[in-house]
Amino acid sequence: MKNILEAKDLKTIRGGSLLVDVPDLGIFEGETLSIIGPNGAGKTTLLQALSFLMKPSAGEILFRGQAVGAEQRVLEYRRRLAMVFQEPLLFDTTVFGNVASGLKIRGIGGAEVRRIVEAQLERFGIASLRDRSAKTLSGGEAQRASLARAFAISPEILFLDEPFAALDPPTREAIVTDLEKVLAETKTTTVMATHDRNEALRLSNRIAVMEGGRIAQIDRPAVVLNQPVDEFVASFVGTETILEGQVRDVNETAMIVGVNESEIEVVGSAKPDERVVLCIRPENVTLTVADGNGKPSAQNVFRGRILRIIPLGCFHKVEIACGFALVAYITTQALEDLALREGVEVAAAFKATAIHVIRKSGLCACSEKPLRKLHKPG
Amino acid sequence: MDIILEGIRQAFILLVTFDSEVLGITWFSLKVSGTATLISLLIGMSIGTVVALTQFPGRRFVVSLINTGMALPPVVVGLFVTIFLWRNGPLGFLEILYTPTAMILAQAVIATPIVMGISLASMQQLPKKLRLQILALGATRLQMVRILIREARLPLLAAVMAGFGGVISEVGASIMVGGNIKGYTRVLTTATVMETSRGNFDIAIALGIILLFFAYLINLVLTTVQQRERPR
Repeated sequence: MKNILEAKDLKTIRGGSLLVDVPDLGIFEGETLSIIGPNGAGKTTLLQALSFLMKPSAGEILFRGQAVGAEQRVLEYRRRLAMVFQEPLLFDTTVFGNVASGLKIRGIGGAEVRRIVEAQLERFGIASLRDRSAKTLSGGEAQRASLARAFAISPEILFLDEPFAALDPPTREAIVTDLEKVLAETKTTTVMATHDRNEALRLSNRIAVMEGGRIAQIDRPAVVLNQPVDEFVASFVGTETILEGQVRDVNETAMIVGVNESEIEVVGSAKPDERVVLCIRPENVTLTVADGNGKPSAQNVFRGRILRIIPLGCFHKVEIACGFALVAYITTQALEDLALREGVEVAAAFKATAIHVIRKSGLCACSEKPLRKLHKPG
Repeated sequence: MDIILEGIRQAFILLVTFDSEVLGITWFSLKVSGTATLISLLIGMSIGTVVALTQFPGRRFVVSLINTGMALPPVVVGLFVTIFLWRNGPLGFLEILYTPTAMILAQAVIATPIVMGISLASMQQLPKKLRLQILALGATRLQMVRILIREARLPLLAAVMAGFGGVISEVGASIMVGGNIKGYTRVLTTATVMETSRGNFDIAIALGIILLFFAYLINLVLTTVQQRERPR
C-alpha cells in the first residue's frame, strides 16, 4: 500500500521531556489508523506533530513523498488536512458560517461555498440547524458541525483527536455510525487518537498502541487484540489474565508452561526453560461447576474458588483463584444458570490454542506468521 | 432637602430645553474623550493582541506593567503631561498646553493601558486550542489574528467602553492640561467641579445627570457582554 504520510525519526521534546519518539511511521492512503493508549501516552502530541500544528523537535514528515518544513510548505500542507478536536471549537457565528470557515480561509466564495456547505450539513444531519448560532447547539450537534467543517474542505488526510470523548453514549453511538458511513463513502485517510479501544476497533483498519511516547505495536485490530507484543499492549487491549511462567517441557504439538505451582498446556513455540508471558483473554475462559473430568485434548482445566464477581453490563467479570489469578467473562444468563457466587468452587477451562505467548526475548512466538511492524522501546 | 430638589428641577429644565452651554460642553466632552479612546484603541488593541498571542522573555513583567497602567491615577498623568508640555519642558515647543490637543493626549495616556489590559485579557480567555483549530483550517498568521479578534469582539467592545468610561469621567488630568477654559477646553467633569464650587448646583446636577447617563450606557454594554456565553 502507498504511504500518504510518513514520519521519520520523529521526536517532540517539551520542557526537557521526550513526549513523542517515533522512529518510523507510515500512514497508508485511504486507511483509518487509530492511535490508542492511556492518558499521557503522547497520542495528542503525535497528532499535532503529524499535522505540523506543533513543530517536531527532530525528524522529518513526508506528505506524498515531499518533506513538510519550510513555512510555505507548512501552510500548503495544512490546507490539505483537517483536524477535529475533543472540543468542537466552533466560531461565534452561525452553523453555516462555521462549516464555511475553512473554505473562506482558502478564498473560496459565493455559490460554491453554499453548495459544499449545504451538502456537508445534509451529510451530518444538521441541515435544519443551518442558521442557528453555534453557541445554542448541544454537544452532539456542535461536534457534528465541527466534523462537517472538517469535511467541507475535502481533506486529503483527517486528524481526529478524541473526537467523541466528551459525548454521552447514545450521542456518541449516533455520530460514530455517521462518521463510519462518511469515511466509507469518501475513503478519507484518517488518523484518530482515542483511549476507547472499542471505538478504535470499530473504525480502524489498523491500530497503533502508544506508551510513553513510543508506538508499542501497530497492526490490524485482530492482531493487536489477540497477539499483543508485550504485557502493556495486552492489558490495554483487554487481556485480563497475564501470567509469567517458565517453559517446562516442549513436545511436537504443545508445550507445558509452569505458572506458580500449576502447569498450563500451551500451543506455541519457545525453548525449554525459557521465561514467557501467557495472555488469556477473558472471553476464552469457560466456567463449569462440575469437576474437570473428561478433559478434552489441548484443554486446560483448573479447579479454583471465585474471588470476586464484577458486573459489567451485559456480562460479568469473574476472578478465580486456581493456583494463579484467572479472569473470565461470562454472560449474566450463564452466571444465573450456574448459580455462581463469590467463594463457590468452579472449574475453569481454556484451550491451549487460546493462549498468546510473549517470549521474554521480545520475539513473538505465536502460531501465525509474525507480520507486524515492531517498535520496541530502547 | 430643598436645595437638592430645586437643583434637580432646574437641571431637568436645562436638559429638556437643550441649554446651549450644557449641550456645547457635552458635545466637546464626547469629542475629546472619543478621539482619545480611538487613539488608545489603535495602540492598546494592537499591543494587547501581540502580547496575548506571543511568548517572549519578560512577558509576565510586561503584563504586570500593563495591569498597573490600568490603575494609573489621572492626576499623575495630568502632572507628567503638564511637565512635558510646559514651556521649557521636553515637548514645550509644541505649545499645546491648555488646548484640546493636550487633553486628548492626556486622556489617551489614561485610556491606552485600560484598552490594552482588557484586550490582552479578552484574547487570552479564548480557548488555547482555538488557535490550533484555526491553523488546522489552513489560516495564515494574519487570517488567524483576524479570526481571533472577531471571536473576541464582544470583550474587545468592553475594552473600548471601559477606556471611554475611564476618560469621560476623569477630571484631574483634564483640568491640569486643559485649564477649564470656557468654550475652549471646558468638559463635563471640569465644568461640574467649577459650578459646584460656585454654588450653581442646578447646572452641576444637570452635568452630573449626563455623566450618569453615559456611565449607565457603558455598564449596560459591559453587563451584556459579561452575561454572554461562548459557543462550545
